[in-house]
Amino acid sequence: MNDEIRQIIQDHARLPNDVAALGVDADLYQAGMTSHASVNVMLALEDRFDVEFPDRMLKRSVFESIASIATALEELQVEAAA
Amino acid sequence: MSVAVDRDATFVAAVSRIADDVAAPNAVDVDRQARFPAEAIQALRDEQALSAFIPTELGGAGVSFEAVAAACLALGRRCGASAMVFAMHQIQVVTIARHLDQAPWFEAYLRDVADEQRLIASVTSEIGTGGDMGRSVAAVTPAPDGTLSFEKRAPTVSYGAYADDLLTTLRRTPDAEPSDQVLVLSRGEQIELEPAGTWDPLGMRGTCSPGYTVRAEFLPEQILATPFSSVSVESMVPVSHILWSHLWLGIATDAFDRARSFVRAAAKQKPGQPPPTALRLSHLMSELSLLRAEVSSGLRGFVEASQEPGRESLSTMASQLRFNNLKIAASEQAPRVCQGAMGVCGIMGFKNDTPFSVGRHLRDTMSACLMVANERIHQTNASLLLIAKDV
Repeated sequence: MNDEIRQIIQDHARLPNDVAALGVDADLYQAGMTSHASVNVMLALEDRFDVEFPDRMLKRSVFESIASIATALEELQVEAAA
Repeated sequence: MSVAVDRDATFVAAVSRIADDVAAPNAVDVDRQARFPAEAIQALRDEQALSAFIPTELGGAGVSFEAVAAACLALGRRCGASAMVFAMHQIQVVTIARHLDQAPWFEAYLRDVADEQRLIASVTSEIGTGGDMGRSVAAVTPAPDGTLSFEKRAPTVSYGAYADDLLTTLRRTPDAEPSDQVLVLSRGEQIELEPAGTWDPLGMRGTCSPGYTVRAEFLPEQILATPFSSVSVESMVPVSHILWSHLWLGIATDAFDRARSFVRAAAKQKPGQPPPTALRLSHLMSELSLLRAEVSSGLRGFVEASQEPGRESLSTMASQLRFNNLKIAASEQAPRVCQGAMGVCGIMGFKNDTPFSVGRHLRDTMSACLMVANERIHQTNASLLLIAKDV
């Protein structure tokens, strides 16, 4: 999952530096992701993983790192399976 | 509880008295000369109003945020510029108080604000960012001796020349990305302001907001630990939009009151015949009611969200959209009400020297759509709407 998230960040977050070098806990906003770019990341994640982020998840802390995005996606997939 | 209610009532009554007795008689001169509303701000200092929101344990009066909003409205009814200076100062105080996180330097600073009634201005806008407050060019720059400095080119700094201290957004380090921002509180003796530009605007003339190149040297502990991105969505943006909206509502309310006085005077001249302007006044009241409803619901929503543990909902997109919409709606509706009041009062409202003059009200509220440009906010909203669900 982390690799797929990383690819989406590569394609949509418009970071100035190499995404491959980012740790899973690295702060994407500090790495240069703007609010506008983060929306494109969210849309791409929804599309790729076939989920909808509910409003309670649509905040900075959920999208600040690859790890936090993975946690949110896992939560949504567990909910969908239940 | 009742102590808190009494404290709030006493504070709002004191500010309302200053609005009537000090701000109102100077409002025309402040506007005409484009001069700082020194009398009103001094009166607010004498009343310890600049530290009213600071918790009692840090030397303030500990009034509620609702009381601060009510005070902005009361001042707005008498002098828009005095209200704006007061509101902008309170935005900085509220922001610091909500995010200081027990940092000793900031606690000591708020005590100084209370003791010395220090006036805080903000340096958030910057040349080269396209009006986006979420990005900075200027950075916290370390010197070999451990001190820090910055140099920032700001297109406007409201009452910069009259402020004791400045709260400034900066990139965290010289290498940081534009969106990786922190807030720095620099004190007067650490600051050098180099004027860049003049100040002869259409309205809000008393805020004295020309551009400056701002330079300051400061210590690491003067950086607020919470990143600006969090401070911004949880406090600075919603608080700004709410307090501005309250003072715009205040200005619009006074314009409406002047229109009402005008219609009453006409009705008294011809008893038994409702003046034709009475109908227009009724239409105007509907417009004012819309503004009032939007402003009070914004305040209520913010206070409720602030009471939740961790203020979680304030950082959601739905919340950002809500407080952005409050700003857009209030900044468009306030000048509409003022223009409607001018329609009721006719030439008597258009002239600057009658009891029914509303030109200053109209001009002052026309600044509202520029304070963080509405089109810039719409761009943000348009982006958020692509993903937000329950708005």
